Amino acid sequence: MVTPLGVGVAHNWERITNGQSGIRAIEHIDVSDLPSRVAGIVPSGDEPGAFDPDTVADAKMRRRMTEFIIFGLRAADDAVADSGWVPETDEDRERTGVMIGSGIGGLKGIAETAVTLEKHGPRKISPFFVPANLINLVSGHASIRHGFKGPNHAVVTACSTGAHAIGDASRMIMFGDADVMVAGGAEATICRIGLGGFCSAKALSTKFNDRPTEASRPWDRDRDGFVMGEGAGIVVLEEYEHAKKRGARIYAEIKGYGMSGDAYHITAPVEDGNGGFRAMRAALRNAGLNPEDIDYINAHGTSTELGDKIEHDAVKRLFGHHAYNLSMSSTKSSTGHLLGAAGSVEAIYSILSVINGTVPPTLNLDNPSEGCDLDLVPKVAKERPVRHAMSNSFGFGGTNACLIVGPAP
Amino acid sequence: MSDVAERVKKIVVEHLGVDEAKVTENASFIDDLGADSLDTVELVMAFEEEFQCEIPDDAAEKILTVKDAIEFINANAK
Repeated sequence: MVTPLGVGVAHNWERITNGQSGIRAIEHIDVSDLPSRVAGIVPSGDEPGAFDPDTVADAKMRRRMTEFIIFGLRAADDAVADSGWVPETDEDRERTGVMIGSGIGGLKGIAETAVTLEKHGPRKISPFFVPANLINLVSGHASIRHGFKGPNHAVVTACSTGAHAIGDASRMIMFGDADVMVAGGAEATICRIGLGGFCSAKALSTKFNDRPTEASRPWDRDRDGFVMGEGAGIVVLEEYEHAKKRGARIYAEIKGYGMSGDAYHITAPVEDGNGGFRAMRAALRNAGLNPEDIDYINAHGTSTELGDKIEHDAVKRLFGHHAYNLSMSSTKSSTGHLLGAAGSVEAIYSILSVINGTVPPTLNLDNPSEGCDLDLVPKVAKERPVRHAMSNSFGFGGTNACLIVGPAP
Repeated sequence: MSDVAERVKKIVVEHLGVDEAKVTENASFIDDLGADSLDTVELVMAFEEEFQCEIPDDAAEKILTVKDAIEFINANAK
């Protein structure tokens, strides 16, 4: 995984359970005329857990990719290496697929090329423009470099992308289309047009520009919008007998997956939270679990005024009295909102909570909003057994996805 | 002539990421230097930029080697 906390699963887990933040002031681009000037930025250079693009591809190859592809490929390479899966026969290669999506894709590249077109005309558009910016090119590049010839697909469901990718890919395995699927999401939209667009939609935090690490504060009464993040989270999903046979290290099991649509508004969540409610309920049904079986919820919790409370109350309605026994936190308080990568990054954090018996904290939760009375794990990680963890993702357009993960069988 | 040749070779080395020694005048972009069809389009655009000339598509299609590029530029550049 590649996140504002750094590169790598162990590094991420150490930082997030220590209550550290990857959110900082934006300095690499001009944001002086933008109301939101903080973001969750992937560390570079000499910083701990820094991302080095040379580990993904040389400068020549990188001209064929915009940044979300580069982040996605690093996360995919690491996931594949960690899985130990190296298909050696044509059949093995044909039974291995890739499903890596993005919410927005090559926004930076599209914006820059639009300027080139306007200033210099169409002859100056790079021949790499289209393949460098297409969302499904993370899946494309991953398949090319690893020789995975199975299903090659890409999800595009805004902030639910990463969760849908993992859920849908697991069903491709269940349906018999593949034995192994590399799945997740990648995003890199911290650019003037990306920030400007979300600012115009009044979605971003603007009051904490001088205190970046305090800007993402889910359920806190002073929250004022989400903080944009970037990165990628990729997992390797594998049919159980296939994994067992080759002696793979199995981290967790995808127990349940639920989806729903709000059918309400292009950006606002439906007020009674029935979209998220129905996605969570569908995931529980799919898993064959009861609400009492869930110990941790990694909330969508983006730090927006409406969304956080609506999700909180939907959890209370669905889980009843058990809502007060489980813990729910938002890791977006540490990373910012990775949009299309959020669901898969948070699925990984959820898996780690099951493995380690630790739930990551909600940073900056100084004063929970009125009525937010569940255990929201304020500021400090909590040790507790997690039999099953649920991860919620809700996207623009009213698209909701919920994953339930449990321990390896 | 030598100036144009050097500048062409420099562009080829930069864009294709190949060893300078391999960029001989007879080297074919695709067969010898590992370029694909998109790389050749980008190379032509880089030549246009460097030499402030326009290389029409039908002429670009005939620029297959380092030498082809040098000759076209010598004949057409300002």
